Amino acid sequence: MPPPPKLIYGGLPERQPGTFDGELLAFAEDLRSEGMAVGTSEILDAVQALRHVDWTAPSDFREALATTIAKSPDDRRIFELVFERFFFRATEAQAVRLGVSEPQARGEGEAGIGEELDLDALRREIAAALKHGSESDLRDLARLAIAAFGKGEGSGVLGVDVQRIRRALGLRTERRPELPEGDPRREGVPPEQLRRFERHLRLELERRLIERTEALPPKRPLTELDRTLPTSPVQDLAAVHRVVAQLKRRLATQSHELRGHRRHAHVDVRATMRASLQTGGVPIELRYRPVRPRRPEIFVICDVSTSVTSASTFFLSVVHALHDSFRKLRSFVFIERVSEVTDVFERERDFRAAAAAVSRDAGVADISGYTDYGRVWTELLALIEDELHPRATVIVLGDARTNGRPPREDVFARLAAQAGRTFWLNPEPRLYWNYGDSVISAYERHCQAFECWNTDGLSTFVDALMKPTQY
Amino acid sequence: MAAEPKTVDEVEDGLRSVGYLTAGATALVAFLATKLGKPVLVEGPAGVGKTELAKALSRYLDRPLVRLQCYEGLDEAKALYEWNYRKQLLRIQAEADGAAWDSVQEDIFGEEFLLARPLMTAIASPDPVVLLIDEIDKTDQEFEAMLLELLSDFQISIPELGRIEARTHPVVLLTSNNSRELTEALKRRCLYLWLDYPELEHELRIVRLHCPELGETVAHKLVEIVQLVRELDLKKPPSIAESIDWARALLLLGAGDIDAATFRQTMSVIVKHRTDLDTVAERIGVKLQPQIADAVAGGRPAG
Repeated sequence: MPPPPKLIYGGLPERQPGTFDGELLAFAEDLRSEGMAVGTSEILDAVQALRHVDWTAPSDFREALATTIAKSPDDRRIFELVFERFFFRATEAQAVRLGVSEPQARGEGEAGIGEELDLDALRREIAAALKHGSESDLRDLARLAIAAFGKGEGSGVLGVDVQRIRRALGLRTERRPELPEGDPRREGVPPEQLRRFERHLRLELERRLIERTEALPPKRPLTELDRTLPTSPVQDLAAVHRVVAQLKRRLATQSHELRGHRRHAHVDVRATMRASLQTGGVPIELRYRPVRPRRPEIFVICDVSTSVTSASTFFLSVVHALHDSFRKLRSFVFIERVSEVTDVFERERDFRAAAAAVSRDAGVADISGYTDYGRVWTELLALIEDELHPRATVIVLGDARTNGRPPREDVFARLAAQAGRTFWLNPEPRLYWNYGDSVISAYERHCQAFECWNTDGLSTFVDALMKPTQY
Repeated sequence: MAAEPKTVDEVEDGLRSVGYLTAGATALVAFLATKLGKPVLVEGPAGVGKTELAKALSRYLDRPLVRLQCYEGLDEAKALYEWNYRKQLLRIQAEADGAAWDSVQEDIFGEEFLLARPLMTAIASPDPVVLLIDEIDKTDQEFEAMLLELLSDFQISIPELGRIEARTHPVVLLTSNNSRELTEALKRRCLYLWLDYPELEHELRIVRLHCPELGETVAHKLVEIVQLVRELDLKKPPSIAESIDWARALLLLGAGDIDAATFRQTMSVIVKHRTDLDTVAERIGVKLQPQIADAVAGGRPAG
């Protein structure tokens, strides 16, 4: 059978290890197994892109792959980690297959270096280079260090060997004033550099291990810790604000589903007549009364008791962000009784000041310090009953743990019935719901409940808002 | 000048010659964009030079820049095309009464009666252009969906007229401040470039390029302070553009050094929130007191 005349992108790649296309596909598989959505079109793009860059420059090769495959900062981070892991393993696997090793270099190195080099000089040299060494310098140094200090078979556990060599080199991050003036280790090694050096040590040790045993160890999946971008609480606050800004858009555009059908579009006669003057009195263009997006009114009720301590900073930051976005918003905090904090958040634009003010003078009168949901609902109903109407949204942030007190879901049901929509954000995973004193199921009948303890949960909640409601 | 770059370095040099210093993968991605003809999605914090990159590319490739600024509620009529109905009406009236309806109808839905909006302009242009779709995250998801046809096939379908295909291949840049997650479909069609705040050395080069008259030491100190300010918990961290503005302001004031007083007077150039101003004055201003300033200056590498 003759081959098809012209294939897109030059036909199907060969899917064998060792061929380049095969490796690239395997790399994509590896990325997928770590949870990245890599489409076929993206792999094709990557192949196309690689036609145009110089492969001999490692950074160009990596960037060309990254720009076509990793499409968000999170993806980019996973990409970096998997790239390291995959190509290291691929190279080693190929070396084992082809029987490539470095016998001469190793023979000379291990026999020679120990005697010829002054070990103390080597220590100083490595420490000095660590201060401003490039990536490839670090790698060479790691090899040198292993040759000098990593004699023998090692302990079999890479992490132990790495630490042993680091100790032998006398590398520490803290200052060491006892060392003589001019020793680069006196000021301490920058921790960032030390970590990079340790990574190179580990890679080199692994390489040797593979070379010795001629087999690849099983690959380690990425841990959650690797995966998450390094963040600070400040960035978390910014992230919460971003998600809440989305929430605002969702709530504001809720009525826009109607727009496509023009179900409620009324012809504005006056404007139509005026427009018709342009066309000699013939009303060619109909003018409609604009559909004004309704302005959402929100009541947010936030648990600040001890059982949600870990989540309460997050909750308060959500409240804070909500205040940034919505003008018609009333917020309450509660433990045993409820207390309005709208003023506090409107006065304090700085989150930390607001949080401090809430804990200082929100006046949550609590005798026992235990949440009393029944009492909270009754008080809240008295406070806001007159203001609730079908266009209002009520958001409850809390764990629904009543400490054995009556949940009074009937009062909550009245609240929910008077408000248009009611949402419950629970900081506990769904698995723990209704265990112990959690009575979320009693409330869940009257509202939509979501798990939410970080920005991811919050975005899930915001996404859920978009789904058509049964109301 | 250079119509078609051949290597990544060429792009890098070219962009530098028009006043844009690239870092990281920027030059590579720009090069791939011209080679593969795929749109580039540029994301990053505000003020790191996303829009500037498009402008620089247009200058370097010597192509006109067509810009579409996105905003909430942007629709096809403002982004793609609109029928010039006044002209259509005139046309109908100018036609003799005897004209058959068919001929008139065919007449009035011609390209002549089309008002081209930015996307259409970019597609229909006889010369290759650089198309900048700025702040795509500000639009609705529906608009994104509408862009898909344009971005993958470089064509626009007009029901009355048929398909208009690109005569030349535009270089397309989309920028986003990441205020909303873009759809997978859109991302899939694009190359991705993440721009972040520059490293100290890189920012110093940028400031020196735009303000060559500013003294070396002052520029160094300025960039150091800006980097310190960015590490604080601010509503809006200073952007590159603001460092350049600040450099220019210092130049105008003839400041030979940034001391506590100068800093207090001019910091409003880089910090633009009342609460931020307080934080910065408190945290950075203190470091610039004479005796501590020496310590700060001593900590940096010579040169």
